[in-house]
Amino acid sequence: MTLGFLNLSWQTLADALALGGVYALMAVGIGLVFGILRLVNFAYGQLVMAGAYALAYSSVWGWPSWAGILLCFAVVIALNTAMDRLVFRPLRTQSPAVMLVATFAVAFLLQSIATLSFGQLGQIASALAPLNQPWIIDGVAIRKIAVVSVAVAAGCLLLLQLLLTRTSVGLQMRAAAMDFRTARMLGVRANRVIGSAVLVSGVLAAVVAVMLTVQNPLVTPTFALDDTIVVLAGVVLGGLNRPVSATLGGFAIGFASGILGGTLPTNQSQYLPTFLFAAVILVLLVRPNGLFARGGTTAERV
Amino acid sequence: MRRATELAAPVVLVLATALLGLAVSSALQTYFLDTLVKVAIVVALYVFIGNSGVLSFGHISFVALGVWTAGVLTVPTAEKPAIMPGLAHFLLHAHVGNAVSLLLAALVGFVFAFLVGLPLMRLSGLAAGIATFGVLEITNNVLRYYEKIGPGLNAFSSVPQTTGIWQAAIGALICVGLAFAYQRSRFGRMLRATREDAAAASAAGISIYRQRLLAFALSGALAGLAGGLYVHLLPIEIDSLYLDLTFLTLAMLVVGGSGSLLGAVVGALAIGGLDSFLSAAENGVDVVGIHLNLPTGTALIVIGALMAIILVLRPSGLSGGRELSLPRRRPRPAPAAAEPAPR
Repeated sequence: MTLGFLNLSWQTLADALALGGVYALMAVGIGLVFGILRLVNFAYGQLVMAGAYALAYSSVWGWPSWAGILLCFAVVIALNTAMDRLVFRPLRTQSPAVMLVATFAVAFLLQSIATLSFGQLGQIASALAPLNQPWIIDGVAIRKIAVVSVAVAAGCLLLLQLLLTRTSVGLQMRAAAMDFRTARMLGVRANRVIGSAVLVSGVLAAVVAVMLTVQNPLVTPTFALDDTIVVLAGVVLGGLNRPVSATLGGFAIGFASGILGGTLPTNQSQYLPTFLFAAVILVLLVRPNGLFARGGTTAERV
Repeated sequence: MRRATELAAPVVLVLATALLGLAVSSALQTYFLDTLVKVAIVVALYVFIGNSGVLSFGHISFVALGVWTAGVLTVPTAEKPAIMPGLAHFLLHAHVGNAVSLLLAALVGFVFAFLVGLPLMRLSGLAAGIATFGVLEITNNVLRYYEKIGPGLNAFSSVPQTTGIWQAAIGALICVGLAFAYQRSRFGRMLRATREDAAAASAAGISIYRQRLLAFALSGALAGLAGGLYVHLLPIEIDSLYLDLTFLTLAMLVVGGSGSLLGAVVGALAIGGLDSFLSAAENGVDVVGIHLNLPTGTALIVIGALMAIILVLRPSGLSGGRELSLPRRRPRPAPAAAEPAPR
């Protein structure tokens, strides 16, 4: 069964939606931290990788899946907080370019540690496998995880929106994202705001870890590395100035990537990254501030 | 005088490395050769990143193109069908010598960087970082699967291994010399002015776009040359021309200090030396009677940690962004004060 006009199958569409949902979540985590700290976290993928290893090992040890998910959240949040304290906090006054390079260093550090301690070959996280089973609806196999990812992504975004608009810490976070110095002068506690942003981004990374692990149970040291690169491109593409535009960018690139993956002829599917990044570069040339950024020419901060 | 001493420090460092490389056994020499090629790559990075202050993740794609150019053109014609079965017809019979292949590698790097830079140099900041990353992804993806222009996933075997210690040293010195000449030229100075204060520089009539494009193309040429040196050193493959090399060379530049040529060379030599030592230790090595056998992957961990620590403690790098020069002699407060101070 196909959507005739675009030669798109419902299958492709469902997969693209699921990928877009997961990437949107990663994009929120990256965009939120950027908004407040002006920090593009290249090491975000390694957080997801660490969470995925937690899931894999807990299923190796025979833990029930809820305990594994709990462990995953604990590991990711602890790691994210440690990263912030040890590396990013001392660098807070440096330019975003220096911080980007620093996160690059952290990313490779974590990846090599994973290679060294867990090996190249990877672990299989089998406990969550039932979620990967498909429902067959009208000849279209929709994997349960696709529905779950879209639902979880939408739920998380809604909760985040409520947090940002309805609570005082959310208000402070938005104020800090607009103008950190003025916000501090008006009595916003810097460390509290940054701490909560880091916490939220850690929680989101853990959620992403669970969903990616279900889709792809083989956890290796480069788990989520390619996804992070694509999401980073998507976030910059969407526009880093507002969490919403960053999220939309993440969703757009996930969706585009899913659609391209499903529609490219087999002999060209290996060139998927080429098509994707060519599109990214084209969009950046036309709209350097981001596709979904609000109009007006804000000066580059970097 | 001052000019000469600034160039002297990096040149002496490169020559000292080369001489040290001559003194050691041939098994160890490989590490020295590898480090000298890394010096060339990092100096190429420095020409753009150091002078412009704009981050580029895309330079390894110019290195990869240099590798492809020099590699495809120097594999003996008889062996080409075996190594590169899908090669396009016009490349099957093309064959050039060592020196020409290096020049062509630099030329291809220059042309590609110029073409890529034409649109990309309009961007700055994060958009530039991501766009150059995109260039790396695309180049890597195309070279990996497009077998009409190279070996695809296979290694470049049968390329004549002409990069001995002298070729590596001369290549690195050419990069250092050109980088120095560029940063001393009016173009280099204009670009550095845009790095310090973009608004003031444009107000003074400097076209940021043109200066960045020039530096990008020049650094592309140097990176291409470095790639040519690399493929003549060892049978390289596409997997080693991707994120790990990008990370390693950026780490070298940042640890040394991206603000100066000396920093680029010092960083490349320091991290290159450390990396070589640790990689050797991963295979087991004897140091002053103690047998070291580190697990595989230690090198990247140590370098990653070192890079993070240096960024935290000394963000301007080991060199602090300065060139090394003799202190300028202060003119003595002579009684004949009317006489201008000697230069």
